[in-house]
Amino acid sequence: MRIQTVPESAQVRWAWEVSRLRLLLLVVLLGIASVALAEPAAEPDQQAHWREIRSALFGDRQIQDADGVIALETPYRALDAAVVPIEIKATFAQTPERYIKNLHLVIDMNPAPVAGVFHFTGDRRWSSLGTRVRIDSYSHVRAIAETNDGELYMAANFVKASGGCSAPSSKDPAAAEANLGRMKVRWPEHVEAGEPLALQLLIRHPNSSGLQFDQIARRYIPPDYLLEIEMDYAGGPLLRLDGNISISEDPSIRLTFVPDRLGELAVRARDSTGRTFSERFAAPAGHGG
Amino acid sequence: MPVQCRRANLASLFAAVAALWSALAQAVDPLPVSEIAPGVFFHAGAQEDASASNHGRIANLGFIVGTERVAVIDTGGSLEEGQALRAAVRGVTDLPIAYVILTHVHPDHILGAAAFEQDRPAFVGHAHLPDAMARRGEGYLARARDTLGPIAEGSRLVAPNRTVADRIELDLGGRVLELRAHPTAHTDSDLTVFDRRTGTLWLSDLLFVERIPALDGSLLGWLNVCDALMAFPAQRVVPGHGPVPADWRAALARQRRYLDGLAQGVRRVIRARGTIEQAVAELGRENPGGWLLFDAYQGRNVTAAFVELEWE
Repeated sequence: MRIQTVPESAQVRWAWEVSRLRLLLLVVLLGIASVALAEPAAEPDQQAHWREIRSALFGDRQIQDADGVIALETPYRALDAAVVPIEIKATFAQTPERYIKNLHLVIDMNPAPVAGVFHFTGDRRWSSLGTRVRIDSYSHVRAIAETNDGELYMAANFVKASGGCSAPSSKDPAAAEANLGRMKVRWPEHVEAGEPLALQLLIRHPNSSGLQFDQIARRYIPPDYLLEIEMDYAGGPLLRLDGNISISEDPSIRLTFVPDRLGELAVRARDSTGRTFSERFAAPAGHGG
Repeated sequence: MPVQCRRANLASLFAAVAALWSALAQAVDPLPVSEIAPGVFFHAGAQEDASASNHGRIANLGFIVGTERVAVIDTGGSLEEGQALRAAVRGVTDLPIAYVILTHVHPDHILGAAAFEQDRPAFVGHAHLPDAMARRGEGYLARARDTLGPIAEGSRLVAPNRTVADRIELDLGGRVLELRAHPTAHTDSDLTVFDRRTGTLWLSDLLFVERIPALDGSLLGWLNVCDALMAFPAQRVVPGHGPVPADWRAALARQRRYLDGLAQGVRRVIRARGTIEQAVAELGRENPGGWLLFDAYQGRNVTAAFVELEWE
């Protein structure tokens, strides 16, 4: 094993001169910088960003604190920028008289801040909703519930961005394309009418943003994401999602609700390129998988 | 308007000094390299996350010298590191740098490529690399600027102009390099380099030594690649992170055990109808392998494994 040859003495001297000059310059630069920076620099104002989003979505409507309406659970840090699990709990009982009608999911600093809007009808007693989103950079994540009486309630958490080589884009775009449209439903082990039922729907889809430019092909990678996912259970609507590019690849929706009777889950989905996907899943009788 | 005048003067002074600074900065110190086999030079990256204090120099890099040409393998986490690697090449040989091989899309390996544009080499990468760079490159550059500050200055993406779908050979004069594109494993753009003359297999990030493997492609794919590599007739292998192992098959087996344990652990949570959050909590507690940077990467690996394996 050979360590790289030591530079000759002239080179050493030159290298030393260069580092000395660079040090001197650094001192000068720091001096200038300290004068220049005495004037306040404009910092990116995340709060102003939210005010814009808020005004675009809700105008000047009042938004109340979500206490007693919803609770938002997010990780402290986005471990994987492409897949950040979030959960929203309905903290009051959903009834036809009073229920959450629309649930907006907003990630302030993402290129498309509105990740999705979930719509519910009042006859589904749901208590918890989970999905996965992309989070590009340090950002507030917000859930804004609109109840059927037109009131708005917001819960917000700050999520730190992921580190290292994590990216919000697909890990294997070719595989995502190859399996596109496949669906899977994970049922609980036991399903009983009148008991909480936690089910998860997964749909294979790249859900890609189309914001990236391919230097070689000299083209933008076209957007291709799920615009709408509808889930019906036992013949009636369970929820509808108007989705966007901030929902992770292979979108996942986890819902816990109390069914009055057992039935099948029917799923319909439509993407931004006009493709539609639909499938029916029979609930396991008593037990399943 | 005295204030504005003062600021304008300051700005031009600043620009002049900055220009002089960057001219001197061209004389960047060469990266320390060692010759691990005749004509095969290796630089060991820091076993840390990229930061301003380590200048983002966290990946193993190197170059292989033939009788007529040089091939550089990976370029570092910034233009500055690319320049330092180039200076290391020039400390060893004046032969033309004909190839710059990018082993996969990650920023610590590709962001120094612009330092070699003056050599007009072929920039060689996996057939999936252009697409992966298009999807991720701008984000990586933005993060490098955030993390490294002025050190990242001038770093640019250089798209490969020669891609490998399966295998190609590069003739350096007196030695032939065999480049192999792998199915999705560590990433979807993993490329390895085999120098037949010395039996050196440059695995880059298909092998992590001491540092926790970072899963950013396919867990099952990576396990398959580990198995296939075991039989490869190499004298030595070069990992993307960590020292060149004395017994490379033992190092690869250790990595395989980690990946297999990750798969088994995540499957257990999925079978129990658990969530990603539960899997992260459950599998993030213990680090029996003693991997470096476990806390920084384990949660991410679990998340990536979960969304892959829940389709089984």
